[in-house]
Amino acid sequence: MKIIILGAGQVGTSAAASLSREDNDITVVDLDAMKLRELQDRLDLRTVQGFGSYPSVLERAGAQDADLLVALTNNDETNMTACQVAYALYKTPKRIARVRAREYLDHPDLFGDQAVPIDVLISPEQIVTEHIQRLIEYPGALQVLDFADGRVRMVAVRTYADGPLVGHQLSELRRHMPSDVDTRVAAVYRRDKPIIPEGDTVIEAGDEVFFIAARNDIRTVMRELRRLGEPAKRIVIAGGGNIGQALAKALENRYYVKLIERDREHARRIAEGLEKAIVLVGDCADEDLLREENIDQTDVYCALTNDDEANILSSLLGKRMGAGKVMTLINRPAYVDLVEASAIDIAISPQQVTIGALLTHVRRGDLVRVHSLRRGAAEAIEAVAHGDSRSSKVVGRTIQDIELPPGTTIGGIVRGEQVLMAHHDLQVEAGDHLLLFVVDKRCIGDIENLFQPSPTFL
Amino acid sequence: MRYGTVLLILGVLLCMASLTMLPPMGISLWEGDGEHMPFLISFLLLVAIGGFLWSTYRDEPRELRLRDGFLVVAAMWIVMGMAAALPLTLARNPALSFTDAVFETVSGLTTTGATTIIGLDTLPSSILYYRQQLQWLGGMGIIVLAVAVLPMLRIGGMQLYRAETPGPMKDTKLTPRITETAKALWYIYLVITVLCALSYWVAGMSVFDAIGHAFSTLSTGGFSTHDASLSYFHSPLIEFVSIVFMAVSGINFSLHFLAWRRLSVRVYLEDPEVQTYFFVLGMGALASTVVLFFTNIYDGVFESFRFGLFQVVSCITTTGYTTASFYTWPAMLPPLLLILGMMGACGGSTAGGLKSLRVLMLYRQSLREIGRLIHPNAHIPIKIGGTRLSGRMVDSVWGFFFFYVVSYIVLGLMMTATGLDITSAFAAVGTSIANLGPGLGDVGPNFTVVSDAGKWICAFAMILGRLEIFTVLVLFTPAFWRQ
Repeated sequence: MKIIILGAGQVGTSAAASLSREDNDITVVDLDAMKLRELQDRLDLRTVQGFGSYPSVLERAGAQDADLLVALTNNDETNMTACQVAYALYKTPKRIARVRAREYLDHPDLFGDQAVPIDVLISPEQIVTEHIQRLIEYPGALQVLDFADGRVRMVAVRTYADGPLVGHQLSELRRHMPSDVDTRVAAVYRRDKPIIPEGDTVIEAGDEVFFIAARNDIRTVMRELRRLGEPAKRIVIAGGGNIGQALAKALENRYYVKLIERDREHARRIAEGLEKAIVLVGDCADEDLLREENIDQTDVYCALTNDDEANILSSLLGKRMGAGKVMTLINRPAYVDLVEASAIDIAISPQQVTIGALLTHVRRGDLVRVHSLRRGAAEAIEAVAHGDSRSSKVVGRTIQDIELPPGTTIGGIVRGEQVLMAHHDLQVEAGDHLLLFVVDKRCIGDIENLFQPSPTFL
Repeated sequence: MRYGTVLLILGVLLCMASLTMLPPMGISLWEGDGEHMPFLISFLLLVAIGGFLWSTYRDEPRELRLRDGFLVVAAMWIVMGMAAALPLTLARNPALSFTDAVFETVSGLTTTGATTIIGLDTLPSSILYYRQQLQWLGGMGIIVLAVAVLPMLRIGGMQLYRAETPGPMKDTKLTPRITETAKALWYIYLVITVLCALSYWVAGMSVFDAIGHAFSTLSTGGFSTHDASLSYFHSPLIEFVSIVFMAVSGINFSLHFLAWRRLSVRVYLEDPEVQTYFFVLGMGALASTVVLFFTNIYDGVFESFRFGLFQVVSCITTTGYTTASFYTWPAMLPPLLLILGMMGACGGSTAGGLKSLRVLMLYRQSLREIGRLIHPNAHIPIKIGGTRLSGRMVDSVWGFFFFYVVSYIVLGLMMTATGLDITSAFAAVGTSIANLGPGLGDVGPNFTVVSDAGKWICAFAMILGRLEIFTVLVLFTPAFWRQ
């Protein structure tokens, strides 16, 4: 696919990096020549220096035959104008843009072919905020991924010896649980190596288990794998940037939320926008401040400033001082690896959380959701089965008859309002949403083929 | 430095290079000229060495770092210069010493076109073809070809591409993917070569001569299959075809790509480098015609123009075909032609020399210095084609120019020390570093009078010029080798 990315900021750079590793022709546009030079040295892509929404710049970037425009500059207006220019002058088939301002987002009619022609709006801050919110909802979960508008979720858990199922075969899972609760284990990672789960796979303590379940059943299943802690009550957020603010706003009615912001003026503005949460002015690595605010009583400590080092250090400090669980926002991939085995419970990489939203639209076939996992090595996909039993390689077949590439499992099927777990004799119907877990990203091409009705039969 | 990776890639490149022995071997068998053994031996040797390196280091990481790229490219050119010389040393006719064979090969690969062989017309076809093929491969670049066809070079391809491509704008990619860019360049090169060969054939050459000369025209190399070069044919039509295709090869191949994409010749007319190139070319042609006419070397204006224009185009594109012994021409013409060659055609073309764009940049920069004397407080940006040049770019052009001149002087002095007179010595180095071919004085017709030491110096100068100095010089700095 020929893709133009506007903006070589954090999101733009990481999108370019992960897309260029697949079979895509990437052109990155930015004003900063130094940044572009560095990018071109590192990755196999083309760069164009200039203002992203100018027709001459888009033309140099090859807008005439681009398949996709991704506008990720820091400026909402630039992104919107760029999409309009690309649509009006070059008929770029698909346009994705990052728009942050609520003023615009509150008017969905604004975005359409008649007005501002943007097909998909993404707001990285919002995606990251929702991601953290789900993690707080399920204490003990490493990842919580939404499918089918949140009706089904895939959850990653680290198992502990105190979970009832640990040390037993997976097939016993159903016998442990109430009859109306159904689940499916999609993948197991043991010492960072993937294992394809079979009925006789024995769960060990320390495994990372990905399972799929309907939203309401998740707690029940998690309880089988590890002792569940008390639901979180007290939350401290460090950093009052876009993510910190949005998170505080989303959580303040259900939890006791404190937010630490360094800048007094900025803290005042945040406080005006919040109802119940308490805004504290101070340094998030200040030991006295943390002690004063009872860090040892805190259930979740989230370090969300835009400085990786500050986040890591203040999380380590918070954990040492007795915080129940610490989550840390880390932009640099190298740091994510670094803190993996440390006291930090969950490292959140905004790039990885956001990239899925882009991958959804880059892939062939009708995909509704793509979640990038394990630093991009694995993916969880929600794909729609189209066609009939003759034209499709999926529709009309039972789960066990579908020829899946190695390392791929079907976890569940969403049929209308119904959520079905993937048992081997379940038959796929047209319009079903299949939830797949792909251990090896190199198989993505086969999966795309699987969900593209063959043209010869149409 | 990761020597394992460098050796692995060298191994793969050598395996690929071994294939170039097969076409001349085929010709030899077809013609029955009895020279197939040297090619077979060279083929097997290259496969053996390349295969050994490949299999020994196959588990090394394949990602090339910036520094490794320089080493791979420079090493490949040096190793190729030696390895491709094998068939020429082993062949019975011509009987060349190893030094002469290396000189001939490097001269071929770098598209210089200087030769030590007299009696080309009596050589077996396979050897003649091999010389022409060397030029063709060297023209667009063996490494660029490798980047185009070897998927494993996708990751480090940009580093290699940058170290081999001539011209100051090394970062411009035609397509987002480096492999696609390299492929596009080679396709264009191939298509124009075919057109050129057809034109030569229609103009009256034999099929063999047409293909051979198309190879050395497009690569602006200048090897011929005849001692008399293009004057062998005594045909104004062939000379005209040659002038057109030499001039085309001197233009940046990215522009050919754009022209073909947009199906318009406007890209050529609007390009400031092409404008400079044709301006200088036109002035040179005018000067030589006038001088040749008034000194009565040729009869009439048409003949003066015919020989003058041909030689100017041949020199400025650093091809080095000759239709006349221009080194015996009167007045300032011989040094003028040599200097045109050292200036060269456009960056990103197959021509050598300093490149028009660099000359244009230096000129604009110098004008700015004068402007600053007159208006000390003025802010004067250097613009080329409407866009401002960054300070870094101007700096790097000055750096390049300095090293170009210093290399020329140092190698020229060394050349004088080998026993040549000053004119011949400096002309020999100048023509080598510009990848031109013919020199002045004793080295006008060919390089047979040059001593062995002198030939090695020239061969080094040719590689220096082809890789645009920095790629080679960087290997001589201690900082490069420090871990």
